[in-house]
Amino acid sequence: MSTLVLLTITGLGLGAMYFLIASGLSLIYGLMGVLNFAHGAFLTVGAYATWWLQGVLDGIESTAVSFVLAAALGLLVGAAVAALVELVLIRPLYQRHIEQVLVTVGLALAITALVQGIWGADARVYAVPDWTIDTTEVLGAAIPNDRFVEIATAAVVLIGLQLFLRRTRYGLIVRAGVENRAMVTALGIDVRRAFTLVFAIGGLAAALAGVLSGIYFGSIDPERGTSLLIFAFIVVVIGGLGSIGGSAVAAVVVGLLQQYANYYASSGLGDLSVVLLLAVVLLLRPAGLSGSTATA
Amino acid sequence: MSALLELRDLHVFYGQSHVLQGVSFDVRAGGVTALLGRNGVGKTTTCRAIMGLAEPRGKIALGGHDLTRLPTHRIVRLGIGYVPEDRDVFAGLTVAENLRLAERNGGARYELVYDLFPELRERGRQLAGTLSGGQQQMLTIARALLNENRLLLVDEPTKGLAPLLVTEVAHALERIGELATVLLVEQNLGVVRRVARDVVVLDAGKVVHAGPAGELLSDPARVRGLLGVSGGREVRSIA
Repeated sequence: MSTLVLLTITGLGLGAMYFLIASGLSLIYGLMGVLNFAHGAFLTVGAYATWWLQGVLDGIESTAVSFVLAAALGLLVGAAVAALVELVLIRPLYQRHIEQVLVTVGLALAITALVQGIWGADARVYAVPDWTIDTTEVLGAAIPNDRFVEIATAAVVLIGLQLFLRRTRYGLIVRAGVENRAMVTALGIDVRRAFTLVFAIGGLAAALAGVLSGIYFGSIDPERGTSLLIFAFIVVVIGGLGSIGGSAVAAVVVGLLQQYANYYASSGLGDLSVVLLLAVVLLLRPAGLSGSTATA
Repeated sequence: MSALLELRDLHVFYGQSHVLQGVSFDVRAGGVTALLGRNGVGKTTTCRAIMGLAEPRGKIALGGHDLTRLPTHRIVRLGIGYVPEDRDVFAGLTVAENLRLAERNGGARYELVYDLFPELRERGRQLAGTLSGGQQQMLTIARALLNENRLLLVDEPTKGLAPLLVTEVAHALERIGELATVLLVEQNLGVVRRVARDVVVLDAGKVVHAGPAGELLSDPARVRGLLGVSGGREVRSIA
């Protein structure tokens, strides 16, 4: 029983990170039709910015304060880089999908190489509060506390995104734009602002995933964004393009499936199981679990 | 009366297809001007070109203001409302959200909209995708009416509607024609007869007739020659 509890909460923690990456990816594709292969690079940038800023904020005594402050600034860096990428590289290429793919793939490779060039290929470790390394007993299982942080963060982001999409004018524009972008402009709305905003939100959420991955895996490395992006893409497709709720459900399913398969079947089978799940979903529900686009 | 909208030597290409081949006409301020023609002659393309949704060559001016190079959202903000051909409601949004999205610069005319289409008030929380075809059409017209526009482009509002709804939409168009200048693309000559002051007829991407509606519609042989329909039965059904 305790093993199942540990696997479940760990799977939820992993799913939380997948969701944070997938939510931005899904909105960007749903609204703009951009398959953003550079999304993982936003994660890497956010994670490394946090690590670097923590070094800069070395004078602060409290590890918790310095980490939270560095993470907050790291997230802003992730959001700013994402917005800049949209403005400079994506905007001139609207409706030119092949070029978008080439540019975002190139950017992902370039940013990974740049990070590696500056800080090396070795893994870097955050100075995190001791509490996150400690464990809490749940139904006989000793759960690392960081899992709760990851799950709670993803839940807050999910609620925040739902509120943004449901309660704000920009959210309304995004939901409408996912359905019919041309018609949104025909109502007198400059949808390009929504594009930049969605990229910035996506970049912020990806950077958050990068920071949390540094706690979950114990370190960060230049390839982190690329490796997590693959599963985030799978989550987006399973959840339904443009659907935040669908991405949340799919992220949980993928995270749990990976953990269970790796433990109960064989180590390494987790990834294969996820790919098989993707194939089954595509065969039975090609539009993903949500079955539609433009849903919050 | 002066022209509110001027189209001069308008050309639009879709790939190799030369859809509009030098279209020029004026839309007088006030009242309804109907844009007529057989299927595929370029009526919807003309609307899309005015809205900046197709890439035109030539000149389009609203009250002397050149629209040709402007992006769609700026054209709309100059005072053009658009009711597209295929009832492009946002299916995943509620009726109220569809209307809220259309609000701009404050002063949304909800009273006017609900007076014309009271059903929309009752169905505010309903998803637009679950409305009937007629209700969706009312919603797209309501979205365009919500703001005070100088010109409304209304593309085939009665297409696919039941006769009773056609009458209802025609009645709404009559009232709308009193509030703003309307360029109406319409196949139902009964509706045209009821609401239009002027007509422009397109054929193969060119203007082949422009003038007062009554003059054309009272000449069945000419209607048949230009539009390929008699105009008789349809006119009676709505008049």
